[in-house]
Amino acid sequence: MKRIAIALALALNFAGCMMFMKPPAAPEAYERTQTSAAQLYRASFTPAESIKVGKLHKWHIQILTADGTPVDSARVIIDGGMPQHGHGLPTKPRITAHLGDGRHVVEGMKFNMNGWWVVKLLVSGERGSDVVTFNLKL
Amino acid sequence: MNRLISLSLIAAPVAVGSAWLGMSSSTPWSAHERETIASLSLAQLAPLPRDPSNRVTDDTAAQALGKRRFFDERLSGNGKVSCATCHMPQRDFQDGTALAHGVGTTNRRTMPIAGTAHSPCMFWDGRKDSQWSQALGPFESGVVHGGDRTQYVRHIADAYRGPYERVFGNLPDLTGVPSHAGPNADGPARAAWLSMSEGKRDSITRVFADMGKAIAAFERTIAFDTTRFDRYVATELARRTHSAADSLSPDEESGLRLFVGKADCVNCHNGPRFTDDHFHNTGVAVSRVVAGMDSGRASGAARVTTDEFNCLSLYSDAKRDECGELQFAVTEGAELLRAFKTPSLRNVTERAPFMHAGQIVTIDDVLAHYDRAPKAPFGKSELKPLRLSETERRQIAAFLRTLTAPPLIKGERTP
Repeated sequence: MKRIAIALALALNFAGCMMFMKPPAAPEAYERTQTSAAQLYRASFTPAESIKVGKLHKWHIQILTADGTPVDSARVIIDGGMPQHGHGLPTKPRITAHLGDGRHVVEGMKFNMNGWWVVKLLVSGERGSDVVTFNLKL
Repeated sequence: MNRLISLSLIAAPVAVGSAWLGMSSSTPWSAHERETIASLSLAQLAPLPRDPSNRVTDDTAAQALGKRRFFDERLSGNGKVSCATCHMPQRDFQDGTALAHGVGTTNRRTMPIAGTAHSPCMFWDGRKDSQWSQALGPFESGVVHGGDRTQYVRHIADAYRGPYERVFGNLPDLTGVPSHAGPNADGPARAAWLSMSEGKRDSITRVFADMGKAIAAFERTIAFDTTRFDRYVATELARRTHSAADSLSPDEESGLRLFVGKADCVNCHNGPRFTDDHFHNTGVAVSRVVAGMDSGRASGAARVTTDEFNCLSLYSDAKRDECGELQFAVTEGAELLRAFKTPSLRNVTERAPFMHAGQIVTIDDVLAHYDRAPKAPFGKSELKPLRLSETERRQIAAFLRTLTAPPLIKGERTP
């Protein structure tokens, strides 16, 4: 009897969980410095102002190679979106100024809703092409 | 002990289940919910942003001039259509019909005006990037005002010379300017436009653009008024006791809880205007009465970047670096296909029919649409089925009715 009760409870609990399962789950880490997928680069970002939903703003990013050499002349494409919603960024940000020491200005950043966002820097430099991924929680 | 474990395991899904059914209307708001609800309140609306592309937005003489033009039916091909024909002040500046009717019938639903001065994109597809640029489009549309550029400028010279010149400076010499000519006109009027010198066309176009800027100056004064929802939020945040004027019924409160929670409405309908000012494919069916396939933002993005009156144009008063929304706009990609602008939900239940071509007649059917999340006729819908009960859909509709208050003009109630 006891076993039947436990089995029933587990089954109900599982059904309850299934009902509310939402892929994919938001990450735990939101660090502003990240290493690229193949570990070729390390990048960090700092918003020029506090991020407000719906407001166009700038970021300052810094890109270094894995050994700490500043990356000043790489081709960088900025992409991203909301993995849980299946849509991309509402704008097409791009680097508009190079400040030296691997630092660059990104203009056109915007997030149009709250939640988990992903911003990817697709870096193509002398060391090769790689992707740095940042997670943001707004 | 084993019994306790069994009970707790059973209790978990049951507790979630009862919340899922939306039966806990008197449940206190969580800290996150309070934050979200506060963000929707009109009290959170930022001051009107300046429009760098329009130098006369805050000029009261321009506002007065724009108001007269807004209601002037002579600014049309048949002398019977003004902006107010579709943007009726007594109906939240819209017309209550599926498709707008000017001298002909358009392929889109009229959008209301209140709050649009806060938005970086106009029309359902964002093909215009300012209020003044938006105001100009319908004047040269063959199915809305149905007139042409020189006709309007001549009318300004005849009927508004003094007020115009006090705001914008001297009108150009109109000697020899054809009665009917315009770049977007058909047949002889287009030919007449092309026969004019470039300098003459530019001086006429400048006055035409000024006409839009004056109308925008007036439209900036049209604002949202405080609703029962806003009063509810203020009282709730202050932790005061609600009175009849600032309370929500249990159903309305449950609807609000679903709106910011399970139903995910707040993702796109966010902020005090209940819009993210962006474009989404939500699987809305093709209109049965509009010919052709409406690609929405895919066409709007292409049009705004080349628009004669956009922020970067000759006729804009903005500096290049003040046109960020245009410079960093997404202009290509599958996401734009069949994506339409998120409309504000303030006064939404007062303006059936719904969607960009009035395809859905009742608010209940709108909620059923979002609940069902049908496939898009083309492109890809962002919606996922919500699995709402009929009660929950009714509760969300009840909440939406609390967002009603006629708009204000210069802080005054509309007639």
